[in-house]
Amino acid sequence: MKLSHESIEINAGLMIVLTLIAISIGGLVEIVPLYYIKDTIEKVDGVRPYTPLEQRGRDIYIREGCYTCHSQMIRPFRDEHMRYGHYSLAAESKYDHPFQWGSKRTGPDLGRVGRKYSNAWHTQHLNNPRDVVPESIMPNYPWLLRNELDYSDVADRMRALKIVGVPYSETEEEYLANVEQFGAAMADQFDINRADQNLLAQAQSEDWDGDRTRLTEMDALVAYLQVLGTMVDFTQYDEGYFAEFR
Amino acid sequence: MAEQNQGKAVQTTGHAWDGDLQEFNNPLPRWWLWTFYATVVFAVIYWIWYPAWPVADSFTKGIGTVTYQRDGKEVTTHWNTRAELIEEMQTGSETLKQQAYLQKVAAASYEEIVNDPDMMAFTRSTAKVLFADNCAACHGVGGTPAKIGLYPNLRDDAWLWGGDIASIERTIREGRHGFMPAFGQVLAEDKLEQVAHYVLSLSGHAVDSAKADLGRAIFQGKEGGCYYCHTESGTGMASQGAANLTDAIWTVADVPGAADDKARIDAVEAVVRDGVHRQMPAWSGRLDDTQIKLLTVYVQSLGI
Repeated sequence: MKLSHESIEINAGLMIVLTLIAISIGGLVEIVPLYYIKDTIEKVDGVRPYTPLEQRGRDIYIREGCYTCHSQMIRPFRDEHMRYGHYSLAAESKYDHPFQWGSKRTGPDLGRVGRKYSNAWHTQHLNNPRDVVPESIMPNYPWLLRNELDYSDVADRMRALKIVGVPYSETEEEYLANVEQFGAAMADQFDINRADQNLLAQAQSEDWDGDRTRLTEMDALVAYLQVLGTMVDFTQYDEGYFAEFR
Repeated sequence: MAEQNQGKAVQTTGHAWDGDLQEFNNPLPRWWLWTFYATVVFAVIYWIWYPAWPVADSFTKGIGTVTYQRDGKEVTTHWNTRAELIEEMQTGSETLKQQAYLQKVAAASYEEIVNDPDMMAFTRSTAKVLFADNCAACHGVGGTPAKIGLYPNLRDDAWLWGGDIASIERTIREGRHGFMPAFGQVLAEDKLEQVAHYVLSLSGHAVDSAKADLGRAIFQGKEGGCYYCHTESGTGMASQGAANLTDAIWTVADVPGAADDKARIDAVEAVVRDGVHRQMPAWSGRLDDTQIKLLTVYVQSLGI
């Protein structure tokens, strides 16, 4: 078949295929090079996958649609630097599937909210934001304190993330590779075989929601919020270092 | 369209459907066409000036540059937002506007700042924004928290951890961990109530004096041991973050908001039963020394 103007115009199937190819190019030339340009992801220490408890918290964050009002990407502008702290690095969301960058900020960016406020503050604030910030327009999330955390499928969730490239370990070999990369203490956390006990231990390690006797969704969400943006120690690097990657 | 174009020689696309159905091939409007050419030209300039095309494992860097200081040396790199931010933080117009003041504040002692109206004006305007970004979530926009609960009011002159400059600075820099044990397991219900009566009597509230006397024995004795931190006179201890119980200021039990004597007793009793656990995060990693200095002066000025 000759690929003439007429043959494309009168052949709907061919037209669809060629249209898809044409519009894919725009996306592909922007996305594909990021996978092989060597400086896309900065080389920094400290970035690690989420622990089972943090990961469950992250699932709740997504379930509740926190991302519809909160971004997790501080941009390299002066005003953002002054308000939120160091701009976000690509490396900091390399284990996020999907990432929570976002561009819609009805509430503040949460990219560096970790350890900015106390656990008690987060619990009060999520339960009823106006208890601590009278002018807040954020909805109440009282069920987070009521709901027991369901962690029966946390190992499966970690397996699913492993498929897309998060280095959770199942075999001895994978575990040892994690010990090499993240140290023994963290590697234990990323062991899928020990997911349940790790989750319970971390829930007890700190008073996340003000009541250690119950394991609630609040525990998981606060544990997740408290780790956001805290993995990289920025005092180790000078500012020029990050500019070298762009 | 056909009527509009009558009398003009308009080309057709050359296709014919159903025998005689044809399609005109009108030229694009001039303004549209030139706008299109202009975007093409813009794209080419963009490619030359900015990082644009991927090449192997790198990309074309463009001829635009950014210059900034790194370890005392001047660095010139291809245009990118990160280098631009560094440049702006070093030599941007907003930075330069603040720089003279920031250096002056950094070099000055606290007394000099407080006694210099110019530096104080700068401190108030700058620290107000820092306070809003960092402190207001707990302590409230003006320094008064939303309600009596965990977070101290900074607008009064009562300080849990000390109200002098050095103590406030340390509080901001290192954070604080306030802890009062829960007595719910240690003291029976009637004893908790007696302690509450005694505690309220310290600040001049009308209480049952018989119960307050029993409460005093628990407070001042080994059984409660409250005096370890709150002192025998009940005036508190800054090194422990223990509250002064003799003034009218309440940061945990909502005594001022209580409707009657019974509610007041209940509020205090609940605190004794459940204890207090409060944490102020450390700001040394988020704020630099000068910012902490500005906030220290500002927070102290709120309390006067």
